Amino acid sequence: MIIDINFVGLIITSIMASAVPLILASCGELITERSGVLNLGVEGMMIIGAISGFALMTVTGSLIIAVFGAMLAGVLISTIFAFLTQTLITNHVATGLALTIFGIGISAMIGKNFVGIPGKEFPVLFGSLKDAIPFLSPILFGHSIVFYFAFALPFITNYFLKKTKIGLIVRAVGDSPDSASNQGINVRLVRYLCILYGGAMCGLGGAYLSMIYTPQWIENMTGGRGWIALALVVFSTWNPIKILIGAMIFGGLTIIQFHMQAIGVRIPVQFLTALPYIVTIIVLVVISRDSRKIRLSTPSSLGKSFYKDN
Amino acid sequence: MHKIFIRSLVSSLVFLFTLTVSAVAKDVKAAFVYIGPTGDHGWTYQHDVGRKAVEAAGYKTTYVEGVPESADAERVLRQLANSGHDIIFTTSFGYMNPTNKVAKEFPKVKFEHATGYKREHSNVSTYAARFYEGRTILGTIAGSMTKSNVIGYVASFPIPEVIRGINSFTLAAQKVNPNIKTKIVWAFTWYDPGKEAEAAKALIDQGADIIAQHTDSTAIVQIAEKAGIFAFGQASDMDKFAPKAVLTSVENNWGPYYVDRVKAVDNGTWNQKDTWHGIGDGMVVISDLDSAIPADVRAKVNQLEKDLASGKVHSFTGPIYDQKGNLMVAEGKTADDGMLAGMMTYVKGVEGDIPK
Repeated sequence: MIIDINFVGLIITSIMASAVPLILASCGELITERSGVLNLGVEGMMIIGAISGFALMTVTGSLIIAVFGAMLAGVLISTIFAFLTQTLITNHVATGLALTIFGIGISAMIGKNFVGIPGKEFPVLFGSLKDAIPFLSPILFGHSIVFYFAFALPFITNYFLKKTKIGLIVRAVGDSPDSASNQGINVRLVRYLCILYGGAMCGLGGAYLSMIYTPQWIENMTGGRGWIALALVVFSTWNPIKILIGAMIFGGLTIIQFHMQAIGVRIPVQFLTALPYIVTIIVLVVISRDSRKIRLSTPSSLGKSFYKDN
Repeated sequence: MHKIFIRSLVSSLVFLFTLTVSAVAKDVKAAFVYIGPTGDHGWTYQHDVGRKAVEAAGYKTTYVEGVPESADAERVLRQLANSGHDIIFTTSFGYMNPTNKVAKEFPKVKFEHATGYKREHSNVSTYAARFYEGRTILGTIAGSMTKSNVIGYVASFPIPEVIRGINSFTLAAQKVNPNIKTKIVWAFTWYDPGKEAEAAKALIDQGADIIAQHTDSTAIVQIAEKAGIFAFGQASDMDKFAPKAVLTSVENNWGPYYVDRVKAVDNGTWNQKDTWHGIGDGMVVISDLDSAIPADVRAKVNQLEKDLASGKVHSFTGPIYDQKGNLMVAEGKTADDGMLAGMMTYVKGVEGDIPK
């Protein structure tokens, strides 16, 4: 095997592409959780986004409608969750799990007529610059707009939570809904909006899979990525930059283990396939071991229902 | 007099009606048990295409999807047998024991188990397809058309069916091009488009210019199309997903067998059988060859397809050696079905070890 710099660039590009759905879903879920709501329905919202995006692309032929439609579908399905947990005050865990089961089921039902249809080509940006600079060009150029958005999102999220007033409100609602409510913040409204935003990002993550990454629809095509996104949020201790690192490590090891198999490295394949899960958790635990920081960034009332007494 | 006339008219009308109904929907009811969703566009999808052929032949069918290979399978089978189904097809290897167990309880119901070998009761038949014959064709095309001499192969799980496919493919490729290497990557999934795509990308980055797959989704051929290399479709004709990349596909064609067996129940001629059909019987179908295949290769492949169908050529004809150089099949001999059914060693020329 020849290790040249272009080869490394290609691998990094593959890793980044595989990390996109995880980053999108995790950053969405992060905002939801920072407002104190634990939504375990990430997988369900992603698969709904995947089928909605694919179906709209096939039926309308418009990629813009499809992308926004997938986000809207994520918003709609998360509205059910928001209504149940915020208005009817149901248990977050049980409702989230139900949302996942519901999403997988209904996507399969809608998807029946879309199996076996090829997707459309998604346009890329800066495609002409793809070979301009060795190593850097394939990493920087020739990707879809969703790809660039995904890599900007952790930084935007970080800025939003730390530097903006609305970000502070979201965190306040997640840490102490009672105090926030006493300050005149409409806790329920903030949580509603955070849940809907999470739904939109999960929908976009799912649509990336069915429209850009592997343009096709088959049942269960998210393949558990929603659960990994959920785990990334927790193990990154609710820090968007660490989500980015975690998603890259996870995607990276998945791809590198395939390379190791192809080269013929004599490590049991079962161990190689388990590697991404093990290493991602270890790395995130190690980089987040400062208990004071964990206490600061963990939303104190995560998963607890908020009752407003009046 | 008048009353009697009306009564006989009504009864004859009813009789006529029953006749018409029985002519449209025949009495035999068939049931299908699937391991995956019919929307997988792979294994289960192709079985369901077969089921629809039975329906088109005028029989009533039922199917249950996503049945786990556990005690759940027994429950589903009992329910189907109890609800008036005359023949039940169980379409995954893991249904072997449940099928035989439930067959004992319902001696009047016929059971057909795919890819298994246990026929413990007279009402159990087994059937499978010789997909390896199709892979002999793919190997021949790949060996003739590769320029890098590196062929990628995305595998699912280390079971005899998959190992047999890898061996058959590699033997055929070596025959036309002794310098080729088959690089195997195990995805440990039957269908996860994302994972399959990543496996394919890794193989392409490692220099593979043709990719074969033993997983079900169309992600791999799409990746091949983007990378400008060649690939082969699996289970169904995948040409429309990657018109330039797909050279041909090996299609699973269960319909004729299913119709045949249901008709046999209808005629009362059903008997216990062990069926292992290949290209010759039409259970394995080679899709149209792509125009990118050169004329000489095309001629060779067409001839090979005919010879495999007639039995003149066997995919596993000796001398065949394993990776360590031990003789597996002697010169002039062919591997028997017992050896094929339990094949768990790579032939010479395949790189790497079988995951244990």
